[in-house]
Amino acid sequence: MAELMVSAQKVHKHFGRHEVLKGIDLSVPPGQVVCIIGPSGSGKSTFLRCINHLEKIDAGLIEVDGDLVGYRRKGDKIFELSEREVAERRQRIGMVFQHFNLFPHRTVVENITEGPIKVLKEDRGQVTERAKELLRKVGLSEKENAYPASLSGGQQQRVAIARALAMRPKLMLFDEPTSALDPELVGDVLGVMRSLAEEGMTMIVVTHEIGFAREVGDYLIFMDGGVVVEAGDPRNVIANPQQERTRLFLSKVL
Amino acid sequence: MAQIHVENVNKAHGGKPEAISAIPLRHPGRWVAVAIIALFMAMGLHTVFTNPRFKWSLQWSYFFSAQILHGVSTTLELTVASMAIGVTLGVILAVMRLSSNPIVTGAAWFYIWVFRGTPLLVQLLIWANLGALFPTLSIGLPFGHQFFVKQTFTIIPSVAAALLGLGLNEAAYMAEIVRAGIISVGEGQAEAAASIGMRKMMIMRRIVLPQAMRVIVPPTGNETISMLKSTSLVAYVPYVELLFATQNIYTRNYQIMPLLIMASLWYLGITSILMIGQYYVERYYAKGSSRQLPLTPLQKIKMRISKFGVK
Repeated sequence: MAELMVSAQKVHKHFGRHEVLKGIDLSVPPGQVVCIIGPSGSGKSTFLRCINHLEKIDAGLIEVDGDLVGYRRKGDKIFELSEREVAERRQRIGMVFQHFNLFPHRTVVENITEGPIKVLKEDRGQVTERAKELLRKVGLSEKENAYPASLSGGQQQRVAIARALAMRPKLMLFDEPTSALDPELVGDVLGVMRSLAEEGMTMIVVTHEIGFAREVGDYLIFMDGGVVVEAGDPRNVIANPQQERTRLFLSKVL
Repeated sequence: MAQIHVENVNKAHGGKPEAISAIPLRHPGRWVAVAIIALFMAMGLHTVFTNPRFKWSLQWSYFFSAQILHGVSTTLELTVASMAIGVTLGVILAVMRLSSNPIVTGAAWFYIWVFRGTPLLVQLLIWANLGALFPTLSIGLPFGHQFFVKQTFTIIPSVAAALLGLGLNEAAYMAEIVRAGIISVGEGQAEAAASIGMRKMMIMRRIVLPQAMRVIVPPTGNETISMLKSTSLVAYVPYVELLFATQNIYTRNYQIMPLLIMASLWYLGITSILMIGQYYVERYYAKGSSRQLPLTPLQKIKMRISKFGVK
């Protein structure tokens, strides 16, 4: 295993003329939970999407588990990866989206088994057993044959986490996983994420849940305007922000 | 609805109140409409049964004649085969149009531009008369030696001209329908599929297209019904289908109107069967998109009856 699970150096990204990321650095050792907070439009979701190549970066580099994201190094040259290679690398990176993005035409258990069966070509019976185990873990054993439309947002998000875990990822990316949920349902999802962190999963979580960042996070990044304004131990940053911008943001969300 | 609400409120306080017995709202306009429509229906039925020029018995004698049945089966075969060509090619064209390769996108756009921009009848006639433009068709090196040369009319008999004309034209329309369906599936679906390591083709086949079907099926049903009727244009290729068979009969016995009405009844009958099929296919692809599937007509009728029973 590489020394760092994720290593980002001077990551730049622009959409047309608009520069979204202006040089982001980040190092995540295995087993660490990094939380990224910041106002909307700060580039935090875009940065997360760059890590599994859903967005292409324009400058800088990102490595996941020792491999460049989107490229292959050979000697002193860098080659763009083929569509197949990009897909293969994504297998090791789980992602959970703000709007769940479950497959509505598949049942809960089919959502979870789709990747392992079709992408990893694993045995259907074994995968189904594992899917049921994962559903027990996220507290939804009784919903295995339900369609996503009949589940609450919190339940859908927990299925989405199980779907990502079924691929046995080394890294989990969470893109505002609780932002689309009713306040009452947020706790269930955060609970699942917390136990995942306790099991030692490497996680990068874009979130507005300051409490989660403080209690579960090992490292906190505050982003604004495409740059990292402040970073450090979550308890320190939240209790005693050094930058005026961080102080202003925290005073509004706490 | 209001009644249920009142009930619930009262239940909280204990006893259930009596059902409301208000005098229902009157709808005088409905009775006027019923009267007018009934009058027109009566007039229509009267002429159908009393005008001897309809020649119903003559129509009936031809309805299941060998010639007409042959025409009907050809019409059905043409419809199915042309739609199969149209749907297959349409899906390919739609995926091409959404490709990131500008040449591929442009080629699909050009195809759709040509085949949607010229009348179907003209296209059919061009295929039927292709031999006038290219007397021979051959396989060989471009601008060089030809290994295989044949007369055009032997390679493209009228049945092939009919299928090429109908199928290639349909593909242009189906491409736009499929494209609309693909676009209707949210980007998040493809992203979620990509995040579990699926490749583009697999995402299209297993995630996007099945969901796009809900948008694709209803207009495709329309296209099938439209295709059934468009096959009548093939009579000018010429190729024997229902209309051509009908024309063959009335050019001999001059019973033009009775036979045209008979052909219309055949088209109407087949269309009705297609509509039923379409309903159930739509219902199948609604799976997962709504919490409860809509009732089938049979279930609706049963419910109506049981409702009356309660009253």
